[in-house]
Amino acid sequence: MSLEIKRWTPPGEDVIAVQRGPEPGGAGGLYRAFGETLRGLKTTFGRLVEGPIVYQYPEEKIPVYPRFRGRHKLHKFEDTGLEKCVGCSLCAAACPADCIRVVAAENEPDHRVSAGERYAAVYEINMSRCIFCGYCEVACPFDAITMGHDFELSDYNRDDLIFTKEMLLAEPLERTPLRSEDE
Amino acid sequence: MSTVLATVGYSEAWWIQILKSLVIFIVGFSMVPLALMMDRKLMGRFQNRYGPNRVGPFGALQPMADIFKLLVKEQFRPRTSVGFLFAIAPAISIVTACVAFAIVPFGNTVDIFGTQVGLYGIDPSIGVLFAFAFSAIAVYGLMLGGWASGSKYSFLGAMRSAAQLISYEVSMGLSLVGVIITCGTLSLTQIVAHQDSAGMWLFIPQFVGFVVFMVAAFAETSRPPFDLPEADAELVAGYNTEYGGGRFASYYAAEYFHMVIASGIAVTMFFGGWLLPFGIDPPTWVDPIVVLVKLTLVIAIFVWVRATLPRLRYDQLMSLGWKVLLPLATANALVTAIIVTVK
Repeated sequence: MSLEIKRWTPPGEDVIAVQRGPEPGGAGGLYRAFGETLRGLKTTFGRLVEGPIVYQYPEEKIPVYPRFRGRHKLHKFEDTGLEKCVGCSLCAAACPADCIRVVAAENEPDHRVSAGERYAAVYEINMSRCIFCGYCEVACPFDAITMGHDFELSDYNRDDLIFTKEMLLAEPLERTPLRSEDE
Repeated sequence: MSTVLATVGYSEAWWIQILKSLVIFIVGFSMVPLALMMDRKLMGRFQNRYGPNRVGPFGALQPMADIFKLLVKEQFRPRTSVGFLFAIAPAISIVTACVAFAIVPFGNTVDIFGTQVGLYGIDPSIGVLFAFAFSAIAVYGLMLGGWASGSKYSFLGAMRSAAQLISYEVSMGLSLVGVIITCGTLSLTQIVAHQDSAGMWLFIPQFVGFVVFMVAAFAETSRPPFDLPEADAELVAGYNTEYGGGRFASYYAAEYFHMVIASGIAVTMFFGGWLLPFGIDPPTWVDPIVVLVKLTLVIAIFVWVRATLPRLRYDQLMSLGWKVLLPLATANALVTAIIVTVK
């Protein structure tokens, strides 16, 4: 097997030459380094003139988009005041993080909680596990659970992050500003 | 007086000396939190953000909070450290920094209530060599600290810092030789007096010397782009890896103090000290304010460069110091000497 030495041929039209800077070093290099340093100083000074582009977060909040997936909300019918959730556990089945726990109970005639036959006696979402994928919202046949806009969910205790039905049904504080439609 | 010792330009009564050294120490040391704050706030502005603005009005108490936090921390010491040296090394750093600040003049000799007082700590005939002597001793602070920590990271960091500081000290000294030749004196007050009589601040005729001095000053004070002693990506934290609490605070303060001193020397040597341009001749009490304002502006240049340039590689640092700055400074000194002699 003989090694064939390929002769160098000029590259075709489709080859793009790499743009290389001049070699460093020497008086020219020193001059260029000085010039480039000044150019860099000019660039950073431009940022200084521009001024800060920062949201002062706890005081100024960035508005979220309408479809932002934040903390869940459970809903009631506006006219009758009955809960929309019928305790079917489809949300719990759809949940990939397995953070929803539903215990259903039968509606009694003298104790009606939901519009269907059954209602959720226990409805808990463990917010420390939730990944905010929104599958529960998609799975729900009655639009009983939707994703809200609150995202400030930190707490001092893990147990406090298990949201009960009352907490999810309660009118959220809406601490999060919402963007308008065209924003 | 023995001729070996340096002569002092003007010396006052002992109580004035104590009083003014206290005042200069307090003024100089309060420049440290100012420099720290400028560093963080201006850095923020250069990066389109605010910088610290939570502690106190506009975040002005941030350095106090930082220092308080460091001072109440536990005094930790590695088992392998050498106790006495480990404790004394930060002290060496900060003491040499404080001493070097003594030669920065804030004004000429003034008449305060009928007493002649020089607005500087001391005005020795060796002038700027005094500052270099103490910044050379400051290397001991780093070296001893790094070695006495008994940690390999500290030791490597200390070696690196020492090599860097010693290399750049040469160029820094040589860059000022041009100024010294032009003025024919080492005394800082007389250098300012020369700039007054010449009617031109020395950064114009000594521009090369000024640039070399500033670059060397960045390296001497281990500021970016020459902050290799604390290149945390490579060295954890350099010579002060094992330090925490108050001892770390004194290293930190010494670093900023060095920056203030370097700015002070730059102001005195190249920007006419307490002089104002365009022949404005204010009353003498304005002089210290002029110096402090100029000092702050030079510190702003330090911060500006920090916000702009990335850190150099170690070999680049060394070759810049020895192959570029040193020849430039030498050539500058030679050319200045020839011009002064021919004139």
